[in-house]
Amino acid sequence: MITFSEKQLKIPSMSRPVFLVTGGMSKFDRAIPEKKTEELVIDAFTEAARFIGKTPAELKQYIHSAYYGHFADHFGDQLLGEAVIHDRLGLDPLGNVGIKTGGATGGSTLWEAFKTVASGYSDCVLAMGWERMDEVPTDEGNHYIASAADKDWETPLGHIYTGYYAVMAQKYWQVFGKSEDSFRVTMAEIAVKNRGYARMNPHAQGPKKITVDDVLSSPVVAYPLRALDCCLMSVGAACAILCDEKTAYELTDNPLLVYVAAGSHTLRVADRRNMAIPLLPNETAEQYKDLGERFPGGDRYPGFTGFLAARMAAYYGYRMAGVTDPTEDLDLVELHDAFTISDIQTYEDIGIRPYGEGRTYVESGDCYHTNPHTGKPGKLPANLSGGLLGNMHAVGATGIMQAIEVAQHIWGRWAEMHADPKKWEAFGRQKPEDWTDLQVKGARRGLAISHAGVGSHVTATIIVHPDHQLERRF
Amino acid sequence: MRCTEDRGTVKVINGRYRPTGKFHYIYEHSPIFDENGKLMGITNPRDVTHIHAYGGEAQFFESLGKGKLLGTRCDNPHCEAEGSIFMPFRIHCPDCLAKNTVVDLTETARKSATVHTFMITERTGAFNTLPTPIKFVNVEFEGVCTILMGYLSVGEPEIGMRVVPIFKTQNPTFTILDLSWVPAGTKEADLPEGFTFG
Repeated sequence: MITFSEKQLKIPSMSRPVFLVTGGMSKFDRAIPEKKTEELVIDAFTEAARFIGKTPAELKQYIHSAYYGHFADHFGDQLLGEAVIHDRLGLDPLGNVGIKTGGATGGSTLWEAFKTVASGYSDCVLAMGWERMDEVPTDEGNHYIASAADKDWETPLGHIYTGYYAVMAQKYWQVFGKSEDSFRVTMAEIAVKNRGYARMNPHAQGPKKITVDDVLSSPVVAYPLRALDCCLMSVGAACAILCDEKTAYELTDNPLLVYVAAGSHTLRVADRRNMAIPLLPNETAEQYKDLGERFPGGDRYPGFTGFLAARMAAYYGYRMAGVTDPTEDLDLVELHDAFTISDIQTYEDIGIRPYGEGRTYVESGDCYHTNPHTGKPGKLPANLSGGLLGNMHAVGATGIMQAIEVAQHIWGRWAEMHADPKKWEAFGRQKPEDWTDLQVKGARRGLAISHAGVGSHVTATIIVHPDHQLERRF
Repeated sequence: MRCTEDRGTVKVINGRYRPTGKFHYIYEHSPIFDENGKLMGITNPRDVTHIHAYGGEAQFFESLGKGKLLGTRCDNPHCEAEGSIFMPFRIHCPDCLAKNTVVDLTETARKSATVHTFMITERTGAFNTLPTPIKFVNVEFEGVCTILMGYLSVGEPEIGMRVVPIFKTQNPTFTILDLSWVPAGTKEADLPEGFTFG
């Protein structure tokens, strides 16, 4: 068993609080041949400036350093793409750095930006992420993504990252899902929900009005995963502006507190020794003593059924922000639903449900905007943006998009940013006649989980309205 | 088109790479137009050969072609992980970072390898050389603290299935593809071309 020292498990501290002031994003799509990346980045930055009544030039005057999330240089065939974007944004001679942590790149970019403000180095920073995944055919794209696995031990095996992840899905499906048809239906309901919410999002690439049967009859990608269980491959950009308190209130009268924490795990699944489950504030060791009896094969931790990196991001993040029980303390979440089954695994890793019971978050109706069983607001709505399944996965932008979506609910401005017919028209998209306002009424606190591949990196971004801070009791 | 003519090869002489032949092939760009003939962009064709060092793992990849499966063990008496056996082969112990001892796990694999989890997929990325569908298997071994990813060459995988290693001892590729797995009891005649039990 691996054990961790107190120093390793120290709860991260900040020299001063950090505020999220604004954010913006571009249109997302499978291909955007009419625009260069710099145009998408400027679209996102302009939206962020306008959101707080500034021009881009005015907002730039506040920025002291810049953090750029862009995962895959080889997709765009441009090393140091960050320098190109920094130049096109006219932010030289400010310091800037590129961040790359696979699918978690967006979240990690926020992490770096957060630490920079928390440390006092900068009073205002830009966190900008993007991805350009349309400049190679899909099979080459799959090869490039597979290059993020271990090149000697994994990539030659099919050059297909989905396969490396899917073995985890298979284990979870058999151990915790018990290969039950009802569990398969629960997975499908996530795909229906998130693609349905994407219909209300003008930025979204993959909105779909579908049924559980549509998901279950879609082509098998890697059993039990079918095409509609899998996320999108996207182009687009998203950005956020993080500040210290003084600068935040100069820019807006309604900034939000933000906390970002990160965890990691081995690139090759199950390639470290086992360990005891690191416990979240709402868990006890006692509740997991019989995990292997209730779910035979489920007692190897972290093994193939959970994401240790997600668990550790929540472990640090909840204690930083004072979250005791995510379901009680948070009002909405945006999770990394790369696959329907990994979404369920994440419910457990971040303590929305105990290990083995993730499916009940969906089956109870808690994860919906409106609980389908009661007609009342869902207890903890998830992925109202449409998530990676329905909105986008433009890797470097994803974690930032998730955080902005959460913040727009807390600002009470979600409808303003999603209903405007001019935005739908500008993106060349038809606003549905049954468009529905998904604003979570009275949202005070939310969480975004940004996740890489088979769990090599995960970040937890917790966003809190300053009037609704939680007491830190840890 | 396969650009194999004079494809580059490399030797190491006196600690330096000595490349011979062509490491890149040059092609012309071609414009991308939309349906109205408006210029939208350009293609950037390229064909390159990279050089890659196996370092301390070279003996693992070399041994596959000789029908052996090597792992490593931490023998540092001051390490919490002392005695832990690692497969995949780790040059250094991930806990204490001391150099591990190389151990032959061929017999351990033959006697105890089982499928921990698996996946069957028809989809592959570009440059895949394995026949489809690919049957990924993650294999666990008695006394080994980690799990190895590989592929099953015969039969249908199931969790808990006993498997044995097979090796591409004829014309090895010197990659992880030289190691595959088959259900225990598979006959030598049923193995893919070039593979033996070692």
